[in-house]
Amino acid sequence: MKEIILDVQNLSVSFDDNKIIDNLSFSVRKGEVIAIVGPNGAGKSVLFRSLMGLIPHLGKVIWTPKLKISYIPQKFGVEKDFPITVKEFLQLKSKDHAKMMSALESVGLKTKSNDYDKHHIEHHLLKQRMGWLSGGQLQRILIAWALLDNPDVLLFDEPTAGIDIGGEETIYNLLKKLNDEMSLTVLVISHDLNIVYKYANNVLCLNKEKICFGPPKDVLDRQALIELYGGEAGFYAHKHKN
Amino acid sequence: MNYTEAKPDFTPINIKIRNMNDLFLQLTVAILIGIGAGYLGSFMVLRRMSLVGDALSHVALPGIALALVWNFNPFLGAFTALFIAVLGIWALERKTELPSETLVGIFFTISLAVGLLLTPEPELLEVLFGDISTINRTDLLITAVSVMAIIAILSFIKRSLTISTLSKDLAKSMNIPVNKINFVFLLMVSLMVALGLKVAGTLLMGSLVIIPAAAAKNISLSASKYIYLSALFGALSSIGGIFTAVFISIPAGPAIVLASGLIFLITLALRTQKV
Repeated sequence: MKEIILDVQNLSVSFDDNKIIDNLSFSVRKGEVIAIVGPNGAGKSVLFRSLMGLIPHLGKVIWTPKLKISYIPQKFGVEKDFPITVKEFLQLKSKDHAKMMSALESVGLKTKSNDYDKHHIEHHLLKQRMGWLSGGQLQRILIAWALLDNPDVLLFDEPTAGIDIGGEETIYNLLKKLNDEMSLTVLVISHDLNIVYKYANNVLCLNKEKICFGPPKDVLDRQALIELYGGEAGFYAHKHKN
Repeated sequence: MNYTEAKPDFTPINIKIRNMNDLFLQLTVAILIGIGAGYLGSFMVLRRMSLVGDALSHVALPGIALALVWNFNPFLGAFTALFIAVLGIWALERKTELPSETLVGIFFTISLAVGLLLTPEPELLEVLFGDISTINRTDLLITAVSVMAIIAILSFIKRSLTISTLSKDLAKSMNIPVNKINFVFLLMVSLMVALGLKVAGTLLMGSLVIIPAAAAKNISLSASKYIYLSALFGALSSIGGIFTAVFISIPAGPAIVLASGLIFLITLALRTQKV
């Protein structure tokens, strides 16, 4: 078994006397893909924000020292009329052109170097306005942005928000590929239980408190789903988006 | 702006050019203000501070009024009032994640009302709409140094400012001191607005910050072009406004705002579309 890189003990978060997360404990090992599922308002995004130390919390969040963590917040889209190009956006993180190209290659937006490809990347992608990218392209650019400083861990809040169903699968395939190739530890918040079954080593079912934690096929049973989503929830009832 | 000297007539704000030196002085100050306001405004518009920017200039009025009544420098009075207002916005944004626009709208309009009651009548028009005719060489020096400082400081914090505009959480997770950056930015806003009051007055200065940026946004794909065009449109508005004011003998402040409005309309027609 690989080393534990994140250990969460008795984490509680409250906003104005409102308990958002109650006494949550779990741990993550290096190279795992962890999916966090739960209904709207279950505290999933709040969990990420407390893991990043962005909001006050009780309990312990212990990361292995010197770990590089990349975080992509929820609804981190760029408004359609925000004047910034893809290149300028990526340069906010790194001015290194070679690094940028290798990140684009990692997310499948750039293939083997040939002239056509070079032209396409320069003119149709890098000089494109961020807000005009399609949902799938935008998520890839966000992942490329996250990869720019060679992170050990990626925290991604709803990687497939605003993407059609076919595109969702592609993004998860990509995350899985990065997980395999770079031994990147991935924590994702997801709505799609099919995807969770297919890609995650462990799933954390969260509804204020921990409902279940473990390999999806072991812990995501009917009882857990009912506890998580309420009486009527069945396996296929979770197509809704935020 | 010399507020303490009573004007012989009550139509003091039409532009007055006594000689070419005067024109050169006024034009230079107006262009500097245009560039500074345009550059700063590009960030304000992206940070959804259009309303704040527009209403913020009203807050200067009670500051100027008190300076006139108690006989100290009106620029200082304006800057102090703006700075206090900016501190208020900053605290509000830190405390709540809620948009502060309603409170800002109410508070700033009340300041305008109080300022209107306090300002001595002979100076009222000049304070409301600006009077570039009263500008002297010291003003030019103060404006030049301040505008250069504002642009230098904003360039220095540009990256952090952009990332925190895109997402506060993202910026914080990258160890960007979001609150400090925001504070420095708002400080620059109050300085820029205070500087521009001589040109456009408390009622119109806000639009000098907002309109050039809004126009630049219409026709820019990239951030670099947007910021550059915003400053350029600020300068062009000033040039167009001053010359129009001189030729048809109208106040310079409103003429500059109208010139920037014209630029906005042109860019609206040329608006960049997704290809």
